[in-house]
Amino acid sequence: MSKNKQSRDVSVPDDGADVPARFTDPGHPEYRPRQSDLDPAADKRAERQVVALFGLSVLGTVGFLVAYFAVPPGNTVASMRLSNLLLGLGLFLAMFSIGAAAVHWSKSLMNVHERSEDRHPLRSSDQTRAAAVEMLREGATDSALGRRAVLKGAMVSALVLAPLTVAVPLIGNVGADWNVSKLKHTMWRKGTKLTIDPSGRPIKAADVTVGSLFHVIPDGLDKTAHPLDEKAKAIVLLVRLDPRDLTEAADRKGWSYQGIVAYSKVCTHVGCPVALYEQQTHHLLCPCHQSTFDVADGAKVVFGPAKRPLPQLPIEVDADGYLIAQSDFHEPVGPTFWERLK
Amino acid sequence: MNALAARRHHRFAPIVLLLLALIGTGSVYAALAPSRATAAAPSANDVGAGQNLFRANCATCHGMSGQGTKSGPSLIGVGAAAVDFQVSTGRMPLAASGPQAPAKPPQFDAQQTAQLAAYVASLGPGPAVPTGAQVDASKGDVANGMALFRTNCAMCHNAVGAGGALSGGKYAPSLWSSSSRTIYEAMLTGPQSMPVFNNANLTPVEKRDVIAYIEAQRAGSPGGADLGSLGPVSEGLWTWVVGMGLLIGCAVWIGAKSS
Repeated sequence: MSKNKQSRDVSVPDDGADVPARFTDPGHPEYRPRQSDLDPAADKRAERQVVALFGLSVLGTVGFLVAYFAVPPGNTVASMRLSNLLLGLGLFLAMFSIGAAAVHWSKSLMNVHERSEDRHPLRSSDQTRAAAVEMLREGATDSALGRRAVLKGAMVSALVLAPLTVAVPLIGNVGADWNVSKLKHTMWRKGTKLTIDPSGRPIKAADVTVGSLFHVIPDGLDKTAHPLDEKAKAIVLLVRLDPRDLTEAADRKGWSYQGIVAYSKVCTHVGCPVALYEQQTHHLLCPCHQSTFDVADGAKVVFGPAKRPLPQLPIEVDADGYLIAQSDFHEPVGPTFWERLK
Repeated sequence: MNALAARRHHRFAPIVLLLLALIGTGSVYAALAPSRATAAAPSANDVGAGQNLFRANCATCHGMSGQGTKSGPSLIGVGAAAVDFQVSTGRMPLAASGPQAPAKPPQFDAQQTAQLAAYVASLGPGPAVPTGAQVDASKGDVANGMALFRTNCAMCHNAVGAGGALSGGKYAPSLWSSSSRTIYEAMLTGPQSMPVFNNANLTPVEKRDVIAYIEAQRAGSPGGADLGSLGPVSEGLWTWVVGMGLLIGCAVWIGAKSS
């Protein structure tokens, strides 16, 4: 306050010496008459506006009812959209106009002189306060907690233990399954056929032409106890590149088949399905946070928040020419978790 | 006229005159411009006519016999389907090099496109243009199409085919105005960034199911305006700007004193 040198009424010095102990209540600002107070025509006009708003609401209600009976939702998308649009428009007009009319009425026609009413003091009277203290004291003396030690102990024990009936089931249900080994394995085994998601047809290596992208699930997925749980870990993306474009690490030379490579489709960042494949750049994008992996170079991260390459599924071809897995993934798929490397 | 003459020194007069002149020139050009050549090519020898068209319009980048150059890929073995897709959607001939060839009004009519396709198909075996029955959405299974679209297409083309962004200025286009035939051909040939979905991956029947699903999305959303089906971005913008703006406006109006 003392910094405010532009004060309207008094000049307040910086040292605050002249600040009065108590500011007087400035009261309400002077009443400024409205158009409708001064001009009967304006008053009439405001009244007509309020009437018009209420009339609009009536129109909205009638329109809603007409739309409800005359424009049923029907069976096509277009008819449902029309029905929804008309119902919504009618409802909006019916409700909003009432509100707008009420506000306009109160603002332009009703009495808007400001009044104030002082609050009652919050503090109770001394008599009431003394009586309350007396009652508490009487109760404490009557219960004799100070003398009956065993009773006090029993009561405290009961009160402390009772919340366990709520807390134990709640806390017990947190993280119901602590078996992290499930996160380290998928249902891929040596010899599991690669099949097309969602039809489940096995894939012949010859059918995977250069530039093709196959979304792959393991054979027998629908026969597992929890197909969606298994699928979430085992989904794989299969592409064929020109073998000349492919850069392979020395220890993974045998993991591809004539330029066909298979990678886990679960992003190593937070586990979204990485599936935006750009055929010309061999880049694989994650739709969630734009992590980009280079399929031609061990699915290394070339952009985005992911920290590790996508795990590669070692594949080979069986006697009939179908693509099969050599083994499970050699590392846990998906995002990092605490026990990942233990 | 006197009113106009009086204002001829107005400071906006040159701008108005310039605009009028531009509009006039444009109108005259539109009226007098030569209409697009409609080739009366011989139907007996589509391959020969296609070769002539190819040499005149495509050979600069794709080579005199479609073998490809540094500026354009080889077209040997891409098949008639690839040519029909690229040419009938106007993506080829390319107007300017960029991250991606955009769809634009086609440069060739249907007959010329067919001739070009016939010529390129003669260079080497490749996928043919699908028949009418193969792309007839009314025969497709929309539900199965949805399952296939969700797995194979939705990550780039959006859950209802509204399209989406890729990296480096590339994008997956919206499928709402694509014809059934070009959708089929795109799956079959994998144009530009799009991977190939050959008939072993998505069988012709499954491709038709996908087309049926895309066609079913064109009716829009039963809930009302779908705001481009772009999800939380456009819907959030609408809510925050228009919805919140309306609420703030109401609050200000309620709080303001009547004049």
